[in-house]
Amino acid sequence: MEGAMQTESKIRADSRTEPGPRGPGCSLRHFACEQNLLSRPDGSASFLQGDTSVLAGVYGPAEVKISKEIFNKATLEVILRPKTGLPGVAEKSRERLIRNTCEAVVLGALHPRTSITVVLQVVSDAGSLLACCLNAACMALVDAGVPMRALFCGVTCALDSDGTLMLDPTAKQEKEARAVLTFALDSVERKLLMSTTKGLYSDAELQQCLAAAQTASTHVFRFYRESLQRRYSKS
Amino acid sequence: MAEAAGVAAESLAGCRARAARTVLDQVVLPGEELLLPDQEDGEGSGGAGERPLRLNATARSRGRVVCGPGLRRCGDRLLVTKCGRLRHKEPGSGSGGGVYWVDSQQKRYVPVKGDHVIGIVTAKSGDIFKVDVGGSEPASLSYLAFEGATKRNRPNVQLTRGAVLLLQVSTWAFQVGDLIYGQFVVANKDMEPEMVCIDSCGRANGMGVIGQDGLLFKVTLGLIRKLLAPDCEILQEVGKLYPLEIVFGMNGRIWVKAKTIQQTLILANILEACEHMTADQRKQIFSRLAES
Repeated sequence: MEGAMQTESKIRADSRTEPGPRGPGCSLRHFACEQNLLSRPDGSASFLQGDTSVLAGVYGPAEVKISKEIFNKATLEVILRPKTGLPGVAEKSRERLIRNTCEAVVLGALHPRTSITVVLQVVSDAGSLLACCLNAACMALVDAGVPMRALFCGVTCALDSDGTLMLDPTAKQEKEARAVLTFALDSVERKLLMSTTKGLYSDAELQQCLAAAQTASTHVFRFYRESLQRRYSKS
Repeated sequence: MAEAAGVAAESLAGCRARAARTVLDQVVLPGEELLLPDQEDGEGSGGAGERPLRLNATARSRGRVVCGPGLRRCGDRLLVTKCGRLRHKEPGSGSGGGVYWVDSQQKRYVPVKGDHVIGIVTAKSGDIFKVDVGGSEPASLSYLAFEGATKRNRPNVQLTRGAVLLLQVSTWAFQVGDLIYGQFVVANKDMEPEMVCIDSCGRANGMGVIGQDGLLFKVTLGLIRKLLAPDCEILQEVGKLYPLEIVFGMNGRIWVKAKTIQQTLILANILEACEHMTADQRKQIFSRLAES
C-alpha cells in the first residue's frame, strides 16, 4: 500500500488557427505528477512534462549549520543534480534561479534559523528543463507542508527564426530557436517571479511571450489543483 | 483571443477571495484568500456601489475567530499557507467565532507549546539534557523537571512497570539514548524549545523515561492525530488483539511494547499501514490476526 498519489492529464490549450499539435500559440505537452514517493525526505514529488522528468525532494524545516543560519528567516538551499556527470556552472546558475523563486514564495519568517533544502534530480531532459524543475520543486514544497504564500509554476517559450511562438519546446525546438525564454509565475495574480532568457528577441515579442506564458500557467495551476484534490480525496 | 480571454477571466475569478464557510471540508491551496463570515455582507452589497454604513467598522458580530495551523491573518482575511482540507470548529462556550484550520498531511514536526512528544536524549551538559524531538533543533530538559526531583534531593527511585502506562521515573538512571515522554513549556520560532516531564501541578502524569525494550517508529503527523481522536476505533481493536503498552508522541513517534518481539513488530506494521487502509481492510486484517 503506497502513499504515492499519481495524476496525469493531457493539457492542450486550444489553438485557433491550426489543428496541428504544435501550432502557433499554445500547446503544452502531457503532464504527470506523483507526490510522496520517497520515504526519507519530508516531501517529494516527480514531475513529467512530455519526456522531461524531474524528481524533487524537500527536507525542512531542519537543523542548519551556524555558519549558514539567518537570524530572522529560513535558509533555503537548492541542489540540482544532472542526469550524468558532475554538476557544473549551468546547474549552479539554475539552482540560483530556482532558489530565488522559492524564496519569494516560501514564508521563511515563520521558521528562523532553520534550513529548507530542495534537492532536484534530472531523470530525463527533453526540453524545458528549468520549467519542469520549478514545477517539481513547487509540488515537493507543498507535499512537505512548508508554508507558502502562493504556488508557482514554470513555463518555457521558444521563438524561432520567423517569429513563431512555441510553448513548452522540445530539445530540438530549443536548439533551432532564435530565443528561449523561461518564466516563473505565481498562482495568485499570475505575476512574474523569475525570468531567464537566452537569444535575440524584441520588446514586443517579450510581452507576447509573457502573455502566452500567463495563459498557459492557468492550465498548470488547474493541473496542480486536480492533482492535490485527488491526493486528499483518498484520506 | 476570446478563448484566452475567457480563460484569463476564469483564472482571475479563481483568485478572488471566497467565503470560508463555502469552502469547509474542501481542499484549499496555498495562496487562496478566505473571507470570514462577518465580512461577506460587505462584499456582497459592495458590487452595487453602495455599502451599508457601519457605525463601528471594527466590531465583529461573531467575536474573535482563531486562525489555526495552515492559515495566516492577512489584513482582515485569512491566507491559506498549506495545502489540505479546511476545517472549522464552533466555539463551545459561545464566545468568539470558533477556530479555522487546515488539515494537512506532513511528516516534519514543528514544536508547539503544550504538545506531548517522545524525545531521544542526545546529550547531557551540566544540568540540562538535550533531547531530539524531530524538529529543527534539540529541546532542552532540566533535571529538575521530574516529579519529586529537587536540587538537594536527587531520588534514585527504582523503575516500576505496570501493564498500562504507569511509569515512575528514576532521574539518574537514564542516559544518552533513552526515550523521554514529556511536554513543551516553551516552543516558538524564536527560542530553543524547552520540555518538562511534569504537569502544572507538579505530578508526572504518565510522563518521564520510557522503559526498556519496545519499539520506537515514526509515522506521519496526520496519523497520530487520527489515532488520538476520541472516536478512533483502531486503538480499541488493537487493544483487543494483544495486551500492549503504547505511547503516542505528537511529533510522529510511537513507542509500542507487547509480550514478544513478534507481536511488537506486528503491531508496529499494523499502525503504520493504518494510514492507507480503509476500515474494511483493517477489520479483515484484524480478524485474520485474531484467528492465528
